[in-house]
Amino acid sequence: MRKILLSSIIIIIGITFIGRLSYLQIFSFSPDQLLDDPAIKAIYDYPERGYIYDRYGKLLVGNDPAYDVMVIPREVKAIDTLEFCSLLGMEKEQFLKKLKKARIYSPRLPSVLVHQLSKQDYARLQEKMRRYPGFYIQKRSLRYYDTNAAANVLGYISEVNERDLAKNPNYVQGELTGRTGVEKVYEDTLRGRKGIQYIQKDRFNRDIGKYKDGSLDVEPEQGKEITITIDKELQEYGERLMHGKWGGIVAIEPSSGEILTMISGPTYDPSLLVGRKRSRNYSKLHYDSISKPTFDRSISFEKSPGSPFKTINALIALQEGAITPSTTFTCHHGFYIGRNKKGCHCGGGTKNLNNGIYESCNAYFVGVYKKIFEQFPSNSEAMDAWEKHVRSFGLGAYLGSDLHTGRKGSVPNSRMYNKWYGKGDKRWSATTTYSNAIGQGEVNVTPLQLANMTAAIANRGYYITPHILKKIEGKDITNPDFIEPKYTTIDKKHFEPVIQGMADVYHKGTARWVQVPDIEIAGKTGTVENFMVIDSVRTQLTDNSVFVAFAPVDKPKIAIAVYIQNGYFGSRYAGHIASLLIEKYLKRKITRKDLEKKMLTRTLEREYAKPYSGKPFKINERDWSQDEIKNLTKNLQQ
Amino acid sequence: MSGKSILKRIDWLTVFIYLALVLIGWVNIYSSTFSESVTSIFDFGTLHGKQLFFIGVSFVAIILTLALEASFYERFSSLLYLISVLLLLGLFVFGKTIAGATSWYDLGFFNLQPSELAKVATALALAKYLSDIQTDIKRRKDQFFAFLVIFIPAILIIPQPDPGSALVFFAMAFVIFREGLPLFYLGIVLLAVLVFLTTLMFGTVWVSIFIGLLMVLFLLLKKKTFKVPVIPMVSAAVIAILFSLSVNFVFNNVFEQRHRDRFSLWLRLEKDPAKLEKIRKTIGYNTYQSEKAIEAGGIFGKGFLEGTRTKGDFVPEQETDYIFSTVGEEWGFLGTSTVVLLFTLLLLRLVYLSERQKNPFSRMYGYGVISILFIHYFINIGMVIGMLPTIGIPLPFFSYGGSGLLFFTLLLFIMLKLDSNRLKEGM
Repeated sequence: MRKILLSSIIIIIGITFIGRLSYLQIFSFSPDQLLDDPAIKAIYDYPERGYIYDRYGKLLVGNDPAYDVMVIPREVKAIDTLEFCSLLGMEKEQFLKKLKKARIYSPRLPSVLVHQLSKQDYARLQEKMRRYPGFYIQKRSLRYYDTNAAANVLGYISEVNERDLAKNPNYVQGELTGRTGVEKVYEDTLRGRKGIQYIQKDRFNRDIGKYKDGSLDVEPEQGKEITITIDKELQEYGERLMHGKWGGIVAIEPSSGEILTMISGPTYDPSLLVGRKRSRNYSKLHYDSISKPTFDRSISFEKSPGSPFKTINALIALQEGAITPSTTFTCHHGFYIGRNKKGCHCGGGTKNLNNGIYESCNAYFVGVYKKIFEQFPSNSEAMDAWEKHVRSFGLGAYLGSDLHTGRKGSVPNSRMYNKWYGKGDKRWSATTTYSNAIGQGEVNVTPLQLANMTAAIANRGYYITPHILKKIEGKDITNPDFIEPKYTTIDKKHFEPVIQGMADVYHKGTARWVQVPDIEIAGKTGTVENFMVIDSVRTQLTDNSVFVAFAPVDKPKIAIAVYIQNGYFGSRYAGHIASLLIEKYLKRKITRKDLEKKMLTRTLEREYAKPYSGKPFKINERDWSQDEIKNLTKNLQQ
Repeated sequence: MSGKSILKRIDWLTVFIYLALVLIGWVNIYSSTFSESVTSIFDFGTLHGKQLFFIGVSFVAIILTLALEASFYERFSSLLYLISVLLLLGLFVFGKTIAGATSWYDLGFFNLQPSELAKVATALALAKYLSDIQTDIKRRKDQFFAFLVIFIPAILIIPQPDPGSALVFFAMAFVIFREGLPLFYLGIVLLAVLVFLTTLMFGTVWVSIFIGLLMVLFLLLKKKTFKVPVIPMVSAAVIAILFSLSVNFVFNNVFEQRHRDRFSLWLRLEKDPAKLEKIRKTIGYNTYQSEKAIEAGGIFGKGFLEGTRTKGDFVPEQETDYIFSTVGEEWGFLGTSTVVLLFTLLLLRLVYLSERQKNPFSRMYGYGVISILFIHYFINIGMVIGMLPTIGIPLPFFSYGGSGLLFFTLLLFIMLKLDSNRLKEGM
């Protein structure tokens, strides 16, 4: 028995060891990833982020070198602290405190001692740095904005967070990534590729040479510069016009789908979100929950389109053969829905397509809408045919643009009404859904969609998906999504009478006060009813002012949609702004200085304060001279 | 005795395993101490170069060992034992301190560790004493002297301090058991260890409850199955409970914090992740790093000279006590299990060789060799793979260290010499 005892112990121990080893090496085997391996240090070489230019090659975003003074505590030798502090421009106590903090963080790893030195300080320090062992200067690159506009278009960059790191293993703690706008969408293009050098370390974190002789190292690749479709001058000008107004403006070049300007009001200076003050400024903007400066109203703001949508109804009716341009309806300063009379501002009388559009007659378009329904055996079929036409203008769905966010908007269909009112032709009809006729009902659009719809009219039947990217490294984009036209379901011939009506909006219609000399514009005003829940009561606010236009009528170069919250008449704010922007874009200068002054000095702050005042307030005030702010001279001078 | 005949009679399997272990060991020492700047493997300024030199010295020692008369070892074992005890005593006066332990004589070109010599000498002396015709292991007095042979060097080594080496001598008690010491003693020791560990893991209360339940079970079943008297069993249980209480006292009041930390790390007593992290960075750093290096190896390993943790010296003492973690990282499970199998095979072969000896001295010496090699292998690998607490003793034939390799070689080849002589002996 004693003879076997020892042998058994030896065998049992052997089996135990092999069991433990298989547990360690087979079951909990965790291969060292190159970047997680504690024995390997990756040294990164960051390329410069690509520049962003506007459509004419003007710089929008560049880079600004910033210099941080770094310290590796354990390499610090006895130095003349006082002299060094005076060089850095900091107090001795503060210096010692920061040094102590760095030592607590890690005696071996670099910590930032002074953030972002100015170039002058850097020049002064650079030569003397070598006299202070343990300290060195690390160059970083910050975004530099050559404009105070287009914050919503360009977006901003910030340090990657845990979520980004989990999603994309190529990022490393401390790196920057695009957060919104172009910076986000074209992150990969702009960022380039960082260079990596792998260094073998020992357990004291000392370098002991290149890992595998540098065979796995990666060369850095420069970030690519991109050209975007935005017109810098137009964008800046539009943002000045939007001062004190909430809403969105989008202008598109109809022939190419290029977004010329994309303005959201209120906005902010993009430089606010750079460098050390970024997070404080961002919180300030983010927590402004009333005016929401970080909410991009040009692409994410869904509202009823109002009267500009009437043009679509006119086109559908012509396509379906429900009307001809000469079909007339009579307006009795309103129209009847059952026994209820709904008002109309057009002035009454007999309306055909042309003056129906330019006088924006509600009665005419409700008549047209009913006629469309009469073309179909059932309301459901009519509704769905109508929906198909509307959607062909890019409404009610994402456009597929290269913008980082956006909304779908909405277009109603028979399924929706069947759900609301019940199935069957008796339950609902054109009369029930008449609001769709005048763009007030279940149709919701974003300013971008509205602009795109206008571009489709300007192009007489097609649009090209709106996009923001024009060139990468000077080469035009080749993405077929942004080149090939998307056709609407309306034949080309039906557009002319509608466009004539829109042109007459300027000649003799609702926008005759905002004509631009020498430029033939087609447009359509909109005055959209607008409600808000105040203390759980649905309260009507001042109407939203909407305007769509394109110019010149024959060879359209710009299609624009302006949506101003609580601006009242379509022609009041939206019309003014649209006409100024068209003039700016086509002529590069403004001749109607009085009109410009009116827009630059008038704000709607008074209007926006009303719902929050807690007092009863008047809406849709005729007199708008009170909107003028006398000391807005700064805005004028820019 | 001619060289030709010894070559015929030596146990070549053991020799091959020995050569394999030395070779694998050296390759891993080379990898552990490799740096890009050194080119020649014969550079004696490097650790692997030095080790290569000692492998050469060991081969010379093998030839000398085999050339001597087999009876020489039995005859001179007492003298050798005396010399090694004197050398251990001399350390208190002339010893050289390395890493806090005064265990070496500085001989200029290399440091001699007399405790390594003492292992060989004690194994010989113990065999000599037990095989003496006048020794009867059933007698208390002779049991006492047998243990004294083991304890003298051990007690001289403990204050160096080198508790790991001292432990090796206690392991030789196994030889005495093999030769007839009642297993009762072993049972007591095992029970004490069991109570000690379970008390640390579960607390005195649970251990007492468990012992109490065992007692009740024993009393209920006693008449039918056991013939063990009641009173000694109950008193053993009471002593065990008292021992368990004293364990708590000793652990909390006599042990130093570093000892407590080693135990709490080993038995996974610490559950608080923050404290565990701290232990990992301090007392448990070696074990943690070595486990991580072994885990990173996987089944096939990273390859020779490709172990990044080995290159970065993440595992301290990697060329000596933690050499096995290099095998783990660079050669993976295939490498580690091969080494474990080689050791198991070697030990089993030695058991077989010992058992076939006709001369009691040879057999007992063989068991001494097995005890020494086994305890080194068991504690070292157990420690490196995180199954045993940190006790610093080298892996035989593997770890860097001149005297270590030399004396392990002597230890083994004296055994092979005795074995090759077995037919002539016993006359």
